Amino acid sequence: MVKVRLEHNILGANELLARKNRNIFSTQDLLVINLMSSPGSGKTTILEKTIDSLNGKLKLGVIEGDLYTDQDAQRIEKKGVRVVQINTEGACHLDAGMVDKAFQELPGDNLDLLFIENVGNLVCPAEFDLGEDLKAVVISTTEGNDKVTKYPLIFREAGVIVLNKIDLLPYTDFSLERFREDLAQINPLAPVFLVSGRTGEGISEWNEWLLREVSAKRA
Amino acid sequence: MHELALMQGVMETVKESAAANSISKVSKVRLVVGKLSMALPDSMQFAFEVISTDEELFRSAVLEIEEKEVVCSCQQCQQLFTQQEQYIFVCSGCGSNQVDIIQGRELYLDYYEGE
Repeated sequence: MVKVRLEHNILGANELLARKNRNIFSTQDLLVINLMSSPGSGKTTILEKTIDSLNGKLKLGVIEGDLYTDQDAQRIEKKGVRVVQINTEGACHLDAGMVDKAFQELPGDNLDLLFIENVGNLVCPAEFDLGEDLKAVVISTTEGNDKVTKYPLIFREAGVIVLNKIDLLPYTDFSLERFREDLAQINPLAPVFLVSGRTGEGISEWNEWLLREVSAKRA
Repeated sequence: MHELALMQGVMETVKESAAANSISKVSKVRLVVGKLSMALPDSMQFAFEVISTDEELFRSAVLEIEEKEVVCSCQQCQQLFTQQEQYIFVCSGCGSNQVDIIQGRELYLDYYEGE
């Protein structure tokens, strides 16, 4: 009987590729945000509103991750932003290899800000580093208050948190107070933006923050 | 949710290492999985059983998983504290919210045994 000690990081291959991506993004002074949420939280709608509101102030690129279809990429393309769609065909998250390939396919260069819209899922994407600078987690008021404590890893990993569908707050039992209390225990440092992808409320504050982060990355 | 893919990766790694070490029969594979990792031990076990029945090398192998509790270290007072069930990343000693997770995110193939 032989015992072979490997101490092999199971996600090691992904982490290697994520480092490679991070190096490429850094040499281009490109800020990369990995946008994550449950399905239907409004990631794509927030992106659309962000593109409209930034009104050409930043050169944007988007990598769209979905199990199937290019519906999200079509929505982004209509806004005149460079976009590549990844179809994971069943896989529950994007990984660094998929992003590497998609980024090579993204037309043009000299981007300021790249959004990677992950597959709608609060579980698996949290664990896969894509080489991004920041993880942005979107949660919407209609999902209920329990998501922060039920999915602690993704909220812990978040560099920024966006609460969407704030226009529906009066029609839900979502408590902003409890939301802030839960975040104080899980991730007290991440900035939180309250927005409505439908009405555009809060999008300008979110955009100002994005502009500051892009400048900070270049500095 | 992606445990089957993770387990395929694990078994590929063992297979390569076994070939390099002239091992034809694996009896045990041991993983270390942190409780904050998104890989569920039960699902890993199920994936292992599914894959191992198709592979001569793993036919009599068992999978052992060591789960690691979530342990945090306070940046302010250096106290270590363990997290169970509900995760609260606030120091239980001084109340600081500047804490590092020092254990609980592991996901690695520790060792395997064979002949």
